[in-house]
Amino acid sequence: MIVVGSGLGGLTCANRLAKFGRKVLLVEQHFELGGLAAYFRRKGHIFDVSLHGFPYGMVKTCRKYWTKEIADAIVQIKRIIFDNPQFKIETTFDTEDFTRKLIKDFGVARETTEEFFRFCAGMNFYDDQTTTTREMFERFFPGRSDVVRFLMEPITYANGSTLDEPAITYGIVFSNFMSKGVFTVEGGTDWLIDKMREELERNGCDIMVRATAEKILCENGRVAAVRINGKAVQTKSVVSNGNLPRTVFELIGAENLPADFAQPSAQVRLSTSNCQVFLGIREGETIPDIGDLIFHSTAPEFAPDLYMGKPPVSRSFSIYYPKTRPGVDRYAIVSSLGARYEDWDGLSPEEYKRDKQMLIDNTLDVLESYLPDIRSKVDYAEAATPKTFERYTGHQRGATFGTKFEGLKMSENLPKALGGMFHTGSAAIIMSGWLGAANYGVIVGNNVEQYLDKA
Amino acid sequence: MDREEIREAVLAIIADIAPDEDFDSLKDDEPLRDQLGLDSMDFLDIVMELRKQHKVEVPEDDYKELISLTSTVNYLEGKM
Repeated sequence: MIVVGSGLGGLTCANRLAKFGRKVLLVEQHFELGGLAAYFRRKGHIFDVSLHGFPYGMVKTCRKYWTKEIADAIVQIKRIIFDNPQFKIETTFDTEDFTRKLIKDFGVARETTEEFFRFCAGMNFYDDQTTTTREMFERFFPGRSDVVRFLMEPITYANGSTLDEPAITYGIVFSNFMSKGVFTVEGGTDWLIDKMREELERNGCDIMVRATAEKILCENGRVAAVRINGKAVQTKSVVSNGNLPRTVFELIGAENLPADFAQPSAQVRLSTSNCQVFLGIREGETIPDIGDLIFHSTAPEFAPDLYMGKPPVSRSFSIYYPKTRPGVDRYAIVSSLGARYEDWDGLSPEEYKRDKQMLIDNTLDVLESYLPDIRSKVDYAEAATPKTFERYTGHQRGATFGTKFEGLKMSENLPKALGGMFHTGSAAIIMSGWLGAANYGVIVGNNVEQYLDKA
Repeated sequence: MDREEIREAVLAIIADIAPDEDFDSLKDDEPLRDQLGLDSMDFLDIVMELRKQHKVEVPEDDYKELISLTSTVNYLEGKM
């Protein structure tokens, strides 16, 4: 069978199937594996795109579906800081600390706090999907925009969700984080992806990079082959780890799908995109510990729409200290912001360059409030935009968190529409982020097993 | 399998999924998730392992039957 795309969903799916003795070919269009679990090197710096951070569940997922070595390299990042006009708070981002702060700093009743945590922890992805996150917050914390901000802001950054998504998408992700806090991989994204590649090779998975899967070739309503770099490779089954609408309408093509699947699929909404600013600190320079992950905003209240704006009012900072890669004595700062594709599409090269520089300058201005001499320490600065994400991942409109909630049904129903065809990867918010993506890879791997057993 | 064997088989699956949990004080009639700190993925793992190890398919509509150890055994009785 063939896995198209090597994001954490594709990698984990491929590894599970290879481990069970299936003959697996993993194809990736880029020259590196990892998808948005990406890193890049520039002028002596290594930048991680998405290393900060994920829930503790990743330890369990890596222990079960990867290796103990990978699971053992997962460490907590402890200094999470909120800095906005409503409050300035440092937290370890777990149930115990959040309970304490909700009671002490926000004056919420203990019973309400505990009931809220119980409510979120009891949620399953197959539960009621009609209640929105906004309605849930209104029920527990009526009129408390500060509490909503404290509970929601990081999740918006973690997966691009808004208050209008089904409450379960919030509850599941939030309680995953709340179980023990926020985690990262010691050694960096490059170490992780190297280790995953080693494990895939140990399990006999074939890997091709710079290999573009152009088209799924079908026979009798089933998958028969994939055309890769112009050559048809026969297969019984395909898992696409690509962007969902692109998988359906470009890789497969509506002509190969029943109309009652293709038509509703065209209505699935993509999630929004991001900008990122990468700042490399000159070799030999140091910066003091100002926290690991900072949620900084000048917006008076939490409003996901404002987070996408140009110029931005809200952003997160991931500060990567030398502890990120023990033995490599370097610092880097990565700022992430929500972004709309249309704000960056259609610009002239000059306008695009100018807007990127504005973003970098604006980011440095904000950073100066924490690190007054930051401008003199940075020797490399670059910005990524929705266009950058589109170019490197092939995701339509540079979507960084897949699709909105309805995408999950489309992803799950794809095998019913075309025999042997599966999708894994960012969908419906809960199946995105490092943990969501890896876990969805496991679930789909299991479905493929089931399919191949019967075939 | 009789009820006791099914119970043991389910416990063996959960012990693999949550190796750090303490099973001594587990109450058969109370929700598994609250007692063992299982998250939604752990729960799906139980479903996947039931299929792999015991060839039992649990459709999504029946997930609610797996809430406690007793209800799980009730559901699986006659299926494995």
